[in-house]
This record gives sequence, structure tokens and C-alpha cells, in this order.
Amino acid sequence: MTQLRERTAVLEASGVCVDYGPRRRRVRAVDSVNLSVRPGEVLGLVGESGCGKSSLGRALVGLEPAAEGSVRFAGQAVTPLSRRRRPELLRPLQMVFQDPYGSLNPRRKVGELIADGVRLRNGSRAEAQSLPAELLERVGLAADAVNKYPHEFSGGQRQRIAIARTLAARPRCIVADEPISALDASAQAQVANLLLTLAKEDGVAMVFISHDLSVVRQIADRVAVMYLGGIVEIGPTDAVWADPTHPYTEALVSAIPRADGLGALPVDLPGDVPDPGSPPSGCRFHPRCPLAEDRCSTTVPLLTDLPPEYDRAAACLVRVPADS
Amino acid sequence: MTAPAVAVSRARRGWRRGQSQGVGSPWRQPLAIVGVGVVVVWTLVALLAPVIAPADPIAQTSPLFLAPGAHHWFGTDELGRDVFSRVVFGTRITLPLAALLVAASMAIGSVLGGLAGLLGGAVDTVIMRIADLVFAFPGIILAMAVTAALGPQLRNAVIAVIIVSWPIYARLVRGLVLSARTSQYVLSSRLLGASSWRALLVDIRPNVAGPVLVMGALDLGNAILLLSGLSFLGLGAQPPAAEWGSMVAAGSINFDKWWISLFPGLAILTVVLAFNFVGDTLRDALDPRTARALRA
Amino acid sequence: MTATRQTVPADQPAQTARLLEVENLTVSLPTRQGHCNAVDGVSFGIDRGAILGLAGESGSGKTMTAMAMLGLLPHGARTGGSIRLAGTELRTMSQRGLRNVRGRRIALISQDPATSLHPMLSVGTQLTEHMRHHLGLSKDAAHARAVELLTTVRIPNPEQALGHHPGVFSGGMRQRIAIASALACDPDVLLADEPTTALDVTVQAGILRLLDRLRRERGLAVLIITHDLGVLSAVADDVCVMYGGRIVERGRRAEVLGRPGHPYTRALLDALPHPETPDSALRPIPGSPPALGAIGDWCAFEPRCGLRIEACGQRRPLLNMLPGAPAAALRDAATTDASTTDASTTDVTSTSDHEAAATSEHEAACFVTAPAGAR
Repeated sequence: MTQLRERTAVLEASGVCVDYGPRRRRVRAVDSVNLSVRPGEVLGLVGESGCGKSSLGRALVGLEPAAEGSVRFAGQAVTPLSRRRRPELLRPLQMVFQDPYGSLNPRRKVGELIADGVRLRNGSRAEAQSLPAELLERVGLAADAVNKYPHEFSGGQRQRIAIARTLAARPRCIVADEPISALDASAQAQVANLLLTLAKEDGVAMVFISHDLSVVRQIADRVAVMYLGGIVEIGPTDAVWADPTHPYTEALVSAIPRADGLGALPVDLPGDVPDPGSPPSGCRFHPRCPLAEDRCSTTVPLLTDLPPEYDRAAACLVRVPADS
Repeated sequence: MTAPAVAVSRARRGWRRGQSQGVGSPWRQPLAIVGVGVVVVWTLVALLAPVIAPADPIAQTSPLFLAPGAHHWFGTDELGRDVFSRVVFGTRITLPLAALLVAASMAIGSVLGGLAGLLGGAVDTVIMRIADLVFAFPGIILAMAVTAALGPQLRNAVIAVIIVSWPIYARLVRGLVLSARTSQYVLSSRLLGASSWRALLVDIRPNVAGPVLVMGALDLGNAILLLSGLSFLGLGAQPPAAEWGSMVAAGSINFDKWWISLFPGLAILTVVLAFNFVGDTLRDALDPRTARALRA
Repeated sequence: MTATRQTVPADQPAQTARLLEVENLTVSLPTRQGHCNAVDGVSFGIDRGAILGLAGESGSGKTMTAMAMLGLLPHGARTGGSIRLAGTELRTMSQRGLRNVRGRRIALISQDPATSLHPMLSVGTQLTEHMRHHLGLSKDAAHARAVELLTTVRIPNPEQALGHHPGVFSGGMRQRIAIASALACDPDVLLADEPTTALDVTVQAGILRLLDRLRRERGLAVLIITHDLGVLSAVADDVCVMYGGRIVERGRRAEVLGRPGHPYTRALLDALPHPETPDSALRPIPGSPPALGAIGDWCAFEPRCGLRIEACGQRRPLLNMLPGAPAAALRDAATTDASTTDASTTDVTSTSDHEAAATSEHEAACFVTAPAGAR
């Protein structure tokens, strides 16, 4: 961790907001999010459906325009995709998508798909010939996969092909949006390990978006927990897991069923995620929060640093007094 | 959070595919065989017309109104022309023109639809409103109006049919481009640095080509009907050309001489049906879902 | 699998005390290579008030097993063995008879509640139509019962909820409504096919608690089919692990998940994140699951197994008791002699009797970890 800390962030989001919907009924899916990732670091972005984690992920790579705030990649502002080619300086910022069936063109051969990454960064013809096979072996597939079509592979294999494709662009930062949630358990482990290796061995900065805190726990250095568009807690994964500060993080941790055979029923969180179109006043979590006090429904808690020995920040009026 | 749902339903489809592959390709279905067979036969007839036809299709050398018999298999018409020879030579007008029509409307529609889907905004609005305008009229009526305005001639009838037919391709291609444009595989190409033009050509085109071809095959029958219809109304092929639609029209004046219109009518019927069968089969063959349902 | 046995109606033969008994079930599907077994000699039983978990990855045959119980197999599928619900054979039942069983006696909830709820009809219409059709209730009675059901599954403001369309509700609420609709005719058995896979963890916890409560309060027998061993660890009494269409391990939840006997179960557990021991990397299972039709008369897991011996590739291991199984579990086994079971000579049919009788033990189908004769 300390080693990571010394490097400067490669991807930095400050005050990012993402809006959806027609002008009259704008819904703020992501609300003033700040975060940064350093080379070689895996940042887990965790939250349940509708919390805005995917919208944030898309905004981080420029697939979604930020309504407010900005994202910077290696000192360059991340601009939304236009009709033109993406600026060359942004191309080392890549994304791995959730659906391994949708992220590879079904009518093109795997080799061609990967060679795209080389051609589009004006790599040599020889490289476009040889690199796909190399990258496929790198992600644990046979080199002869270049001549096959995506449908000839299983979900886990496809996801590895998709990763190989981003590798052809020589990524420095990968935003992986639920990259393993559509896969079987054993394929999940393979893909998660592959992403972890890329971060640790090649120094790729990784944003790992997932609804599954237990997977994030396994591979992320730091974790950011999102609820209804905002980050409610961020800090080193071990510490957040062992001793969650925000009541939502706590609920999330205790809802995970352990496969230990002990038969402990997971703890459920009453109520539903509110409609992001009309979020609750004050703390957005207060209607479901077991600790909620009166002031929680009126005052918006800000993400506040805990005392330095905790090394993290949380947005809770009850647990994190504003003057700490 | 629909990803696991996708994964599982794919997995389920997976075994269905495994289960059904042995049973046969869509091209082995009876209707497909009939369709392809009839199209092949008519194409051969067009190619070999001078060899097959016993007489010159325009030569008025035989007695008038001869009923079908040994000398004139399909009889003769009101001017003493051999109906069989005229039907045979009719293929040389109908088939190439239908192919041309469909190719032209496919090309125009695909380009306009692709532009509308890719560029969006005002371009999209203008193109698609024009398409809607064309859609608002029944095809034959609009084609009649256009031909009437340009003058009753086969060439003008062809132009009219193209004007009537391109919007379906535009609509199809626009829809496909729109959905492909936001698909993950196009987005991932875009992130790698592909311009939206490159994405259109490299990533989207192969996925659009199949459905457009199917539409084209299904539309061939339609184009033939429209063209024959215009000729029937006297707006298309002009006498003495041996065109099936105008032959049916000529026969309908002397409707007690049933053979004059029956045989060209049957020719239209078989060609149109055959192209529809082929189109359906092509769709089944290119669309894995229907193909599977068919085989299961 | 002895959880909370309740009184069984008197008209049933005494020996089939189990509410639902699946014996040596085989489902074969037509493929290019002819019919292939997607489910191969599967046996298990569920009592009233018990939850049985059927675990496996996609393609393991777990969903096909459930579909066979409902008579909803794809066209061309062939089945063998038997499925008895309170003594009545379902496998050979007519479609008309099955239609009566489905919904009334066996209900299904699926992964995606969107597939079981009609998007254009109000929740109330769907719940009450179902009851009026199957149970012949009057409009008012059906309405009252619908309110009661929604209360049972903890939908807030049930009266109001009846007027809404399913689209108004969140995924978790929709799954609760789907469960309410499944309960409408007071079924004996609930088949839950990946009931929480599409849901968030906090919502999943609620659904699992609901299923647990329903089996306790209503004596509902629940079969949960899932790839998520964590889910089974939370609620299942017994767990069967499927691989390649066969059950490779079964026993009490704590036994199977706490001391996995089959190498596949171990590998599956190793591939999961272990939140309490963070620094162990996830260990993927090498290779990929076998394709339909690629499994012959040998151990289906052999190519991926780290413990394989010569026999694994030559003969098919049958379920055998694992060494060190607790003595109490041997209760039923006195009549059968597992030690004489030789995998190479015994065919599946003759062993199924032994399997059915000895289901309360922790068994695995593996020559290495559960050699025949070991106790």
C-alpha cells in the first residue's frame, strides 16, 4: 500500500456527476464522486443495482459525458466519445464490459478483433499478425484461437479474449464493469486472477466494478462503496471489510452468505433502494438505516476522512462526526 | 443485474443448439427445396429462352386465339403470338429487372438508413420522415402516380418501384445500425480508437448484411408483383414486349380465352412464391434462433 | 435428509415416506451424436419442511432435473427412472395430469421473476385469476387470499400493491410477488431455480430468509437449484452437487460444505472468494466442464481432477459413503451393503435402491476419496 501511495494517480475523477433521461425528468445517477487510481492498484467499486457504479465506470472512460466535474487520465481530460477517433492519449484507458457475449463482434474472428487494437494505434503489420496469438496465450488461451469465432468459446474464455483485445492497446488503466458476474464460479476465479495479475505485474491501474463485495475483497487494494449515486465509504479493503464504518457497508458485508456450511442466515436490509429520480432528503440511506437519527433526514453527510489511523473516509453523520 | 440471467439463458440455449444440430439445415426443408428449384428453373429458362421457345415472341404468325394444343402448348393470343414463347421470353424482362430493382433499392435504402442511424439528428429526421411519407401510401398507388407523372414506360415503372421500395431497407438498416452502434462490441472498438465510420464499415456492416439480404430475397417477389401490376395497368412494359403483367392484362380483355392470361399469371405466381420461400429459408439460415426452432 | 419430517397423509405407501422422491432419473436430449444424457442416474428425496440444494455450474444438468420434475423438457427429450410426489409417479403422467400438478402441487420460481409475471396485467389480476382457476375461489375470497399471500411474503401495503403492474416493483419485490404467486395454490413442493442470482446481496438475504420461514411455517419442501454454494450454505439442509449430469456428492449441508468429499466440490469451494482468509488467491478449476455427449462410462471430472488415478478414466464411480461419516448417519444403511458395490460390475439400476435407502449419509462418487468399502 505505501508503495502504491507514492505513485501519482493515473486516473482521477473529481466531482463527477452523471445525469440520465430527458431534460424535464433528469435523474442524477452519479452525484459528485471523487476518486483516483494509481498504477498497479486495484480499486474496487461496489454497490447494488441502481447505485450508479456502472454509470460512473462509463463516465470514467468517456462513454458517458459528465454533467459536472471532470475525469483526468494521465494529466489529460477524458472527453466523451465523438464521431471521430478517440484521442490517442486516451487510448491506454480501456474498459472491459460485463457481458462476454455482447462485447465481441459475433461475425469477426478472434484474431481480427485483437489485431484491431494494434492497427488502431498504428502498430506495424507484423505486430498485427503476431501479437494476437501472443496475447491469447498471455490470457491463458491457445494461440490457434485467432482463427475461431467468438461463439466457439465459453463465457469465461470470451471474457479473456475481450481482455486480450484491450491489452493490444497497451492499457495503463482498465475499468472493468462487472467483468465476472456473468461467469461460472471457476471462470470467475480465472478472470479475476488475470485482472489482478495485470495490475500487479504490469502496473495497470484497475477499477473493478462489482456488486459482489466478497470478490472485491479478494482482489482490490482499496474499495469504494456506492449507494444511490454517491460514495458512502472508501478505504483499504481489509479494513473496510473487517470494520465497516458506514451502516450500509456493514449491511452489505453481513448480507453475504458464507459457503462454510454453518447455516448462518444472512442478515437482510429492510426496504428497497429508493428511486434515484426522487432520492430521500438528507442522508440517502436514512430510510433504511438502523442508526438513523432525526438530523439524518435533513443534513446531507459529506464523505469525511476518519482519523488518520483508520486511513479512510465515510459519509455518515452518526459514525463520523463532522469535526473529526 | 441481468448478467447472470443472460449467462444462464445463453447456457440453456447452448444445450438446445447442441441438441438440435443433427436434424438438418433450413435448406433441406421441403419449401426451401421447392423455392430454390423453381428459382433455378426460371433462371435457366431466362438464360436459354431462344433455345426453349419454339417461336419468336413477337411474331404474329399463327392463327389467333388457338387453344392450348400440341403445336402451341399454351395456345396463341389475340394477335396470333405463341403464348408459351411469350411466357418464356417474359423471364428475360421480369427476372433481370426484379434483380436490378431490388439491388438498387437495397443500395439506396442501406446507404440512407446507415447514414440516418450513424449521424442521427437532422439527417436522421429528414431521411426517416421521407421514408414515412413513402410508407404512408399503398405501394402500388404511389408507383402508379409516379409512373403516370413520368410517362408510362418500363423504365419509369422501374424507377417508381425503386422509389416505393427503398424505405423498408432504410428503416431496417437504420434500426440495425442504431442497435449495433451502442452495442458493447462497437463501444469497445471505439475505445480502441476506431472512428464511427470505421465501426460502421468493420463492425456493423457484417451484422447488417445478413438481414438486408433476407429482406432483399423476400422483396424480390414483391418487386415482381409491383412491376407486373404496373404493366397490367398499362403503365409499365409497352406492347409488343412480352411482359407477364401486360400479357395478363391483354388476356383479361378476352377472358373467355383463359389461356392468354392464365399462363403468364401462373408464371408470376410461381416466381413470387419461390422467392418468398427462398427468402424465408435465408432468414432461417441466417437467424440462429429461428433456425434452431425449425430444427428442434 | 431427515429435516422436520411431518405426518404424511395416510393414503400413501409407508415405505415412500419422502414427499418428493427422485430415483435414478435420466434425461437424454437429442444431439448430433444421437441422444445424450443431460441428467444421468440422479436420485434424491425431499421431506416436508426441508430445503434441498442442488448445486452445479451451468451445463451440470441441475436445471434439466427440475424441468423433468415439471414435465417441461424440450421437445425430443427422453426420460428414465422415476419421480414420485407423495407416491404418485410424475414421470409417466399425461400432460393433462402434469398441468394439474404444476402450480397446484409443485410450483416453480425462476431466476428472473419477469418471466413468470405478465408485464401488462396487474399483480392482483395475476394472483386472483390463478386461484380462481385452480381453486375455484370466488372473486372476494381470491382477493382476500391474495392480500394474505402478499402479507406473507412481506410486500408493504398489499391492498395497494395488488393494483400495480409488476414493472412498478424492484427486482427483489418482484421475486417476492413471484413467490406469492407460486404459493397461491398451497403447493407441497417449491422448485426455486436460481431464485436469487439476479438479485442484490441485501435483497438476496431477504429472499433466503423468506424461503426459510416458508418451509418452517408451511411445511413447504423446497428444492433450490443454484451455482452459489453460499446460498445453499445459508438455507439448505442437504446439498447435492452435480457435475456432468450426475450427482457427485451429497449429504448434510455442514458435511458437504465443511468437509467436501468429492474433488469437484473441493475445487468449487476453492474457486470461491473466502472473505475470512483474504490473502489466498482465488483458485480456478483447470479445464472446462464436459460438453453434452462427451461423458462416457467414467468419472466426468477425471480430466480436471488433481487426484485422479487409473480407475477414474476407466470406470464410473458410484456414490459411496465417505470414510469417517458419523455413526448416526449409518442408521438406514444397515439393510444395504455398500461394501459389495463394485463400480465396474454393478449397473446403475441395481445400485439406485441402495442409494435411495442410504441418502442420509455423506456420499461422494469418487474412487479416491470414497473408495467402495470404506467406512
